[in-house]
Formats: sequence, structure tokens, C-alpha cells
Amino acid sequence: MKKDYTGVIKSLGAVLLGLLAGAILMLAIGANPLKGFFYLFQGGFKSIERFGNIFAIATTLILTGLSVAFAFRTGLFNIGAAGQMLMGGLCATMIGLSFDSLPRIILLPFMFIVALLGGAIWGIIPGLLKARFNVHEVVATIMMNWIAYWIVYYVIGDYFTSGLLETESASIPAVAQLRLPWLTDLLNGSYLNLGIVVSIACVIIIKFILDRTTLGYELKAVGYNRHAAQYAGIKVNRSIILSMMIAGGLAGLAGLTYYTGYSINIQIGVLPTQGFDGIAVALLGATTPWGVFFSAAFFGLLHAGKGFMSANTIIPPQIADTIIAIIIYFTATSLFIEKMWVKMKTRRLEKKNIKSGGDE
Amino acid sequence: MDYIVEMLNIRKEFPGVLANDNVTVQLKQGEILALLGENGAGKSTLMSILFGLFHLDKGKIKVRGKEVQISNPNDANNLGIGMVHQHFKLVETFTVTENIIIGMEGGFVLDRKKAGAKIKALSVQYGLNIDPDEKIEDITVGMQQRVEILKMLYRDAEVLIFDEPTAVLTPQEIRELMQIMRNLIKEGKSIILITHKLKEIKEIADRCTVIRRGKVIGSVEVAETSQQQMANMMVGREVSFSVDKGEKEAGDVVLEINGLNVLNNRKTLGLKDFSLNVRRGEIMGVAGVEGNGQTELVEAITGLRKSETGDINILGKNIAKYSIRKRNESGIAHIPEDRHKFGLVLEYSLSENFVLKSYYQQPYSKMGLLHQDVIDQHAVKLIDDFDVRAGQGEKSPASALSGGNQQKAILGREIDLDTDLLIAVQPTRGLDVGAIEYIHKRLIEQRDSGKAVLLVSLELDEILDLSDRIAVVNSGELIDLVVNDDSIDENDIGLMMAGVKKGEA
Repeated sequence: MKKDYTGVIKSLGAVLLGLLAGAILMLAIGANPLKGFFYLFQGGFKSIERFGNIFAIATTLILTGLSVAFAFRTGLFNIGAAGQMLMGGLCATMIGLSFDSLPRIILLPFMFIVALLGGAIWGIIPGLLKARFNVHEVVATIMMNWIAYWIVYYVIGDYFTSGLLETESASIPAVAQLRLPWLTDLLNGSYLNLGIVVSIACVIIIKFILDRTTLGYELKAVGYNRHAAQYAGIKVNRSIILSMMIAGGLAGLAGLTYYTGYSINIQIGVLPTQGFDGIAVALLGATTPWGVFFSAAFFGLLHAGKGFMSANTIIPPQIADTIIAIIIYFTATSLFIEKMWVKMKTRRLEKKNIKSGGDE
Repeated sequence: MDYIVEMLNIRKEFPGVLANDNVTVQLKQGEILALLGENGAGKSTLMSILFGLFHLDKGKIKVRGKEVQISNPNDANNLGIGMVHQHFKLVETFTVTENIIIGMEGGFVLDRKKAGAKIKALSVQYGLNIDPDEKIEDITVGMQQRVEILKMLYRDAEVLIFDEPTAVLTPQEIRELMQIMRNLIKEGKSIILITHKLKEIKEIADRCTVIRRGKVIGSVEVAETSQQQMANMMVGREVSFSVDKGEKEAGDVVLEINGLNVLNNRKTLGLKDFSLNVRRGEIMGVAGVEGNGQTELVEAITGLRKSETGDINILGKNIAKYSIRKRNESGIAHIPEDRHKFGLVLEYSLSENFVLKSYYQQPYSKMGLLHQDVIDQHAVKLIDDFDVRAGQGEKSPASALSGGNQQKAILGREIDLDTDLLIAVQPTRGLDVGAIEYIHKRLIEQRDSGKAVLLVSLELDEILDLSDRIAVVNSGELIDLVVNDDSIDENDIGLMMAGVKKGEA
């Protein structure tokens, strides 16, 4: 079978256009874009620690990106990765702080499971609402985000602070962290942790589910053509709930990796931006598992390098965020780009026809 | 010359498709010119160019001998060219008058009276029999079409393009339309008729231009050409019209429907107290004008729509409360009316589409894991058995196939299920003569092998050609059930399709 690379080409095109727009912005504020990009990328690759941090940041984005992409393949738009991530993180944090006397080999799987469940439940609810009452999942997941936000606000604020600061939980004890001392030492203090193993495993598992299982076949059929799926006897409502559950579970794991691996505490009053960045990651990754992996790594690079860039030039770190935003725009409008491309090609063809015309 | 419209050496290319290649079509003043061709031959593209919807790449358009540029439908209107589209462009809740003056209201205050009077006069002049004050939603499909015709006449169109005008009409309405066309010609109009129905061309057209794969094959005088000759020109080879159907004794009842009531999308009864049975070895044809309960009937049997009351028995088992999958497993295969909406997952490959109803069963999967190689082998076999032509074989996405091949794929999948009942809804809609021939042959094969076949079609000819018995429906009711033998009268069926019961006429 001929492999279809249009998705890859579109994504790379969007990235290039985004970088180009970033260069124009750098020029506009009087900076040298070549220098800017040099420091941006050097900020990501300069040392083994920084390189590790690219993937430490990407770990969470891979999981939220997978969450959005997986729902998307079933024809659902999961805006609720932030809330699902928060719930997963909250559950893991509560267990981590409460049962720190358990041995690590039991505690970590325990946290893994509750994070998975917390996110999954936060996904099931909008799925149920959609299946039973036809409530649009975009509305429902946004509401669920705020419910999660306030639950964290009260639960963490009232029961899990260290007593010093009321705006964040106590630090996760070392036994409940995903960080591995030997890995941190090896990477000269990078934040990279066990979470990367979780996220890569999820990429592989989700790819397997989508490509090789009857479940994936059903979910994709529902996503592509709900009517045909129904006609074939696939339970469409069940697929919607299942898909939201899996998407929620993935985002829940993102919460696990972020709050117990990267930040090692959970702040109240914050909806994690990683949840929304997941949408961008999924889009840029053409909603395929490995696409999500690479686009998350790219976003990780931009995040890891932007501080270094602004420290060495007059370019503010917001430029890197702007580049990300522009890339998202270009990805979202890739249909438009595609059309322009086709139009250009036909125009060239027409010109050629006119030149070769007059043969009648 | 007395040509009113000439399209000379027209070329139109879409990315990857040469839709019109050096096409020349000339319409004489006061004639009916038929444009004959299979689906995708380029007829519609050509007419869309004339109506200003597409731009031509090369060639010339002359109207009354003068070369013109038509860059939008308004240009076409101004040149006196009007089009009756296959799907009417009417506002349901507006009156006839309001629909006709839409877009040319002129001024700030609507003068409905003046417009109404003009419409009335035109209606009388051309024998259209239309009341300008009626609402579109209250009049029949045939009348709606006449409103479309009035719309063109109101704009002083001299050249009228009809795009497949008979597809939605009953036989009686078709006859009325033919009469209206004759009236139009008498009043000096000229007509281009796009169609693939040879019978109609023979009946009404003066000349016929045949298009195949974007090229003009030839123009013939209809009076001197037989239907067979035109069909051969259209398809490019000898076509057989007669459907070979031997005698076959019908056996046990496979499908038995009793007192079935089903709601339609407007939440009123779309199917009323409907009873019917289909036996082994027979094709039961359901004849009726579109929207008279056929969709509700089929969807209620297959489970896509809930039935209110009534029994649906398959081999004596009542399946009315079963899930769709359980019904499929109980012995229903279904070639759906809308192959893109229901029949295929267009983004899926042919392989994947061939197991749409069986992917969860062995040998295609085991313990939830797909066996891709078995699925592919299955696809290769069906592609071969059912002559499905696809660029990349079993790996081709279903969307890349032509309509005829998509339909063959669905047919193959459903026949391969080897169920007792096969429901075929509009199985040849929009297909070319070759594919129609093939699909008819396979349906009869199914009947001969002892399957019960329920055939729903809007084409009365198809029903008459294939069915052993015919159920005529109107407004969701079974009007009559007739045996399809030599004594059958097409006229009676047509009347029944219009809701007239036997003995009432």
C-alpha cells in the first residue's frame, strides 16, 4: 500500500509557516530572527538536561494530545482534557499524600489507576450526556472543566495544603513521585521522569487499538460515518461513551505525569494549559498517535528553548507562544492552504493549456 | 443557421478529470434536444457552463449567432436561458407567486397582485394549471416542478434546460410534463432535456446528442434512431434491455409484516397499519412515488427506525424489538437507499467496508483483534466475484470508487452475508446502463437461489422488470398488491401510486 504522507506534509508546512511568521515578528521588534531561532533551538539542545526537559514537557502534552486525538477519531471534540487532567492529577495527589507509607512499587501503580479512573469518569459524564440527551460534548466538557477546577480548589485548599501556602498542595513525597533519582542525576537535574514511559506506552497502545482491534474499527467507523456504523449494527451511543472514557483516562494520566512527575504539587485556581495545548498537539499531529508524539516533542522544544532565547536576545518568550499559536492557526486552516495549492496548480495547468492551445 | 444556442468546442477540466473534451452542442430554435449520457459523462458540467455556474477552459458559446460570455446565472437569465434543476429550489412556506418573484422583487413594496396576474396568465397560456396563491408545501411534486417552469417563463426565458425532470414524477405526471413541453415548443421556446431515459427521448425529443466520457459521440435524429442504437452509443457497446427472468415457484414466507405503524421525521404516521409478506424465491417490488412510506418501511424492518406497533417476523420470529445487529444476524441483508450515508464508510478501504457487518466475527477477528490478512483475502475474493473496479484493489478507499463500483461493492457485501432476506432499495439509482444490467442480474440470481427479495424502487420500469409481485404504496398505506404477469397494466399502477384505489378511477 502506498503510504499517505499528506498529513505529515501539511503539518510540516504549518510549522514552517509558523516559524516564518515568528521571524517576521522578530524582525518587527528589531531583533535578528536567525539569532532568535539559534538561541531558541540551542535552548532545547544545548545540554543533556535541557534535552531531557523537552521530553519532560512533552510527556504531558503527548497524553493530552492523545486524549483529544482519540476522541477526534470517533468524531468527538474533547475540550475537556484540562478538567480530566486536573481530576486525574487530583486523585493521584490525594493518594500520594495520604498513603506515603506504602512501598513505592504498590503506591505508584495505585496512583496510576486512580488517575486513570479520575480522568475516565470526567470523560464518561459528557459521553453519557451526549449519548442519552444529545448534549454537545464541547459544552459538556467545558462545564466539566470548571467543575474540576472548583473541586480542586476546595479539596486541595481544605485538606491537602502544607499549611504554609494555601494556594497549592503539599509537595508530593519522594516515594510518590514519578521522578527517578538516577535518571535525574544522569540528565544533570532534568525533570524527565517515569511519565515519559507512560506516555510512550500510551502512544503504542492507542495506535494498536485504533489500527488492529475491532474496538478501534468500531470507534473509527462511528467517527467517519455515524449512519453507516449504525446501519452495520455498531452501538453508536456505547462507542461515544467508551471513546470519551478512554480519552478522559488518557488526560487523567497526563495529570498524573504533570502533578506527580513535573511540578510535584498541584496548584488551586489553575486550569492547566496543557489540556488546551493538547488540542493543538492533536491537530498538528494529524490526530495520529505518532503524529501526536512528534508534535508534542516539537512543542516541548519551543517551551524548553524560549527562556534561553529571551535571556540571550531582546526577544520576549511570548514570541515562542505566538509561534505556537500561529502554527495552530495554520494547521486549523490547512484545508484552506490545500485549496490554495490546488488552485495554483490548476492555474498553472490552464496557462500551459492556453500556451499549447490554438491547435484547432 | 437557425441555431439559438451553440456551445462550440467546449473544454472543461477539473483537477484530474477532463469533464468536457472538445464538446459541441447546438440547439435549434423551437426543438427539443435531448442530452443523453451516463452518470459522470459530463452532461451536467456542460449545462452548468451554459447556465454560468462553471467557467469554460476553452471554446465558445453563441446565443442567436452572437458570441457571449456567461459568467454567472444572471448573465444566463438575461440571455433568456433558464434551468429547471433536478432538486427544486423553492421556499416551502412561500406561495407560488412569492417563489417566482424571488430575486426580482424590484422596488421596496411587493406588488403581489400584478405578479400574480402575470403568473396566472402564463399558467393558462402554457396549460400549467397553477394557482399563484397556493403555498409550495401544499402542492404536489409535479406542480412544484411546474412552478419552476413558471419561474423561467416569468423571466422571459427562451431556452429551457430540464435536468432529469422525470426522476421525481409518477407516470401520469410524466405524461403531463411531456404535454407541457409540447406547449412550450408551440409557443416558440427551445428545450434542452438532460436525461438517461431512452423512452422519454423517443417520445418527446427531436434530436439527441450523446455524450460519453466527456466527448460527443454523435447527434442523431430521434425519429430515425432506435432506443437500442442510442443505448449502444451511450454505453459504447451492445446493451441488453430484456431482463432474463425464468418462472419460479415461491416458497415459504420469510418476511411477514403485520399491522406495522411507523412515525416519519415529522412525527406523524409515515406507515399506517401496513401488512406484507415476502416469500422464498420471489422478488416483491414496492412501487410508489418518493416519500410515501418506503423509507419508513425499510428502516423499520432493518431497525434504523423504531416502529410504534405491529410485528415484523423473519422466519416466524418477531424481530420488532431486536437491535440492529441482532436483526442483521437474524437474516437481513440490506442495500440501502443512500450508499454514501449508510452503505459505506467512505474513508475506509474496500477491505474494511467489506467486513462492515462481519468484522467482529471469525475469521475476520478473534478476541477483539482484527485479522487483516483474512479481511484482505475476503476483499480480493469479493472484488473478483462482483467485478468491482478499484485503482488500488482492496486497499482503495471507498471514496475513490465510481458510483457503480461502490454499489457493486455494497451488493457484494450484502449478498455474501448469505441471508434469507435481501432488501434492495433503489439499487440502481444514478448508475449507468451497464451497471444496472449487472445488478439486476445478480438480484434475480438471488431470487432464483431461493432468497426472498424486497425491492423498493422509484423507477416503475425497474419494478415491472424484476418483481414477481408488486405492492403499491401511497401515503404510507398499501394501496394494492398485484401479481406481475402479462395482464398487468402500467397505467393502473400509476393511478394507484397516485393514491387511487382500484375501482375508484
